[in-house]
Amino acid sequence: MRHNGSYSASPRIGLLEWLPWAIGVAAFFLMPEYLSLGARILIFILYALSLDLVVGYAGIVTLGHSAFFGLGAYAAGILSARFGVADPALQLLVAMTACALMGLATGAVILRTRGLTLLMLTLAIASILLEVANKATSITGGADGLSGIVVAPILGLFRFDLFGKTAYWLCLAVLFVGWWVTRRLIYSPFGASLVGIRENHVRMVAIGSPVPRRLLTAYTISAVLAGVAGALLTQTNQFVGLNVLSFESSGELLVMLILGGVGRIYGAFIGPVVYMIAQDMLAKQFPEYWSLGIGLLLVIIVLFARDGILGIIDRLVALTRKEAR
Amino acid sequence: MTAVLQTRGLCKRFGALTVADNIDFTLEAGARHALIGPNGAGKTTFVNLLTGRLSPSAGTVVLGGEDVTRLSQQERIRRGLGRTFQINSLFRGLSVVDNVSLAVAERRGVSGRLFRPASQLSEVRDEAMELLRSLGMADDAQVVIANLAYGKQRLVEIAITLAMKPRVLLLDEPAAGVPSLETHRILDVLDALPAEIGILIIEHDMDLVFRFAKRITILVNGATLLEGTPEEIAADPRVREVYLGERHE
Repeated sequence: MRHNGSYSASPRIGLLEWLPWAIGVAAFFLMPEYLSLGARILIFILYALSLDLVVGYAGIVTLGHSAFFGLGAYAAGILSARFGVADPALQLLVAMTACALMGLATGAVILRTRGLTLLMLTLAIASILLEVANKATSITGGADGLSGIVVAPILGLFRFDLFGKTAYWLCLAVLFVGWWVTRRLIYSPFGASLVGIRENHVRMVAIGSPVPRRLLTAYTISAVLAGVAGALLTQTNQFVGLNVLSFESSGELLVMLILGGVGRIYGAFIGPVVYMIAQDMLAKQFPEYWSLGIGLLLVIIVLFARDGILGIIDRLVALTRKEAR
Repeated sequence: MTAVLQTRGLCKRFGALTVADNIDFTLEAGARHALIGPNGAGKTTFVNLLTGRLSPSAGTVVLGGEDVTRLSQQERIRRGLGRTFQINSLFRGLSVVDNVSLAVAERRGVSGRLFRPASQLSEVRDEAMELLRSLGMADDAQVVIANLAYGKQRLVEIAITLAMKPRVLLLDEPAAGVPSLETHRILDVLDALPAEIGILIIEHDMDLVFRFAKRITILVNGATLLEGTPEEIAADPRVREVYLGERHE
């Protein structure tokens, strides 16, 4: 199940890999009352996928991924609320461009460091952005949030309705593109060299690989994907709050990814689904204590399943195969 | 004979400590040269100066007639300087053939491609397999490094470096940590290396050094004490005194 880009891995899309999409489509028809939660989950899957590319494949540990998620969200929101651009495709495009530039600029500086220093720097960048968004109230709305966002019908045909049907399909379609691109990258020679850097940074340098450039490319692509996720959140909610840039957002995201399984592509799918559904159910049952339930879930994962839910599945599959023999 | 790798007056100081002291060294094309010396003599420092991992305090490094003193590790690698590591430095989570493939892909300049599936570059994999076959490791190609015996890991170490098709090969203790019963396998591989590669080997195993090397340089306290053929070295009284006398209790 573990997807390592390599020169021996077949890039064919397996039958199981279509399962998330079948579920995604089925969920629309079977659970129409949960579409807004569904759209949020799809957005976070894309967000987690972008994180998996840097954390799981390139081995860049970051706690500041909300910088790109938030930048994408604000870029799309400001474009509409302040400049009156309501075209959803244009909003996504501007969010992507902003995040690409930001990823390049910050990555070029901070990716020279590694380990804890890098972790602190990613945190610092997200904090700076949060403070900027907080202070620049005339543009971002500050602590009150950014409202007055208008999103025109997609392709002039599909209006954003009250029940979130259009938003759900948009999120599913964009996630599909994001997944396809990420998967292509991971199975490419570039993806293989990212895994090489994760496995042994020094040796990659020693075989003549331009390691800093590779990391910067991965970081920028990941920033763009996170920005798209942020812009989708803006379009779905038609509101942007400061919390998109918060440390909690980055931390929660990392938790979701670890819960699902790091460096496996589909860990980014399972993590947000389990985490957000658990959160939704716990919040309804125990409005005051729901975070205790999430905490327990995490303790169990860390104690018994270091490689996440997909890791457990891997082991179960290995076990049944052994018995079948 | 032409020199493929040369140093002139190479010095490296860390504060008051001199770890490379005015080293003049020449490696001929196709050489089988060994660098020996007691622990702490500065052998690994010297290799790091050659590869560009460290930059010298003074002196020059000349690779294939070109002054590379100011060039980065990558630029020297591209000019044909390969090295193996004293302690295995492999991609532990990957299979043997993937380890070698990464290096083949870098050398062929296809490793930065973003969209085409890597497995479609069959020439990369074929070349990696061919190389493993020549080292007698074809059967282990699919084994993940973490599950591979240590002696074989040393061979993968060499295979990765060979995949870069170096003109000069620096072998930093290729037999380190390998059980003595298995060192002959390492030696077999070394003997079978292409004759045109200039090889500098750093090794503590004297049997291996004297069987492999045609020329030996002795480094003591960061300076060259002596250079000569194995016979000359074995006969020199200073060698016994410095190399075998003081440090081996």
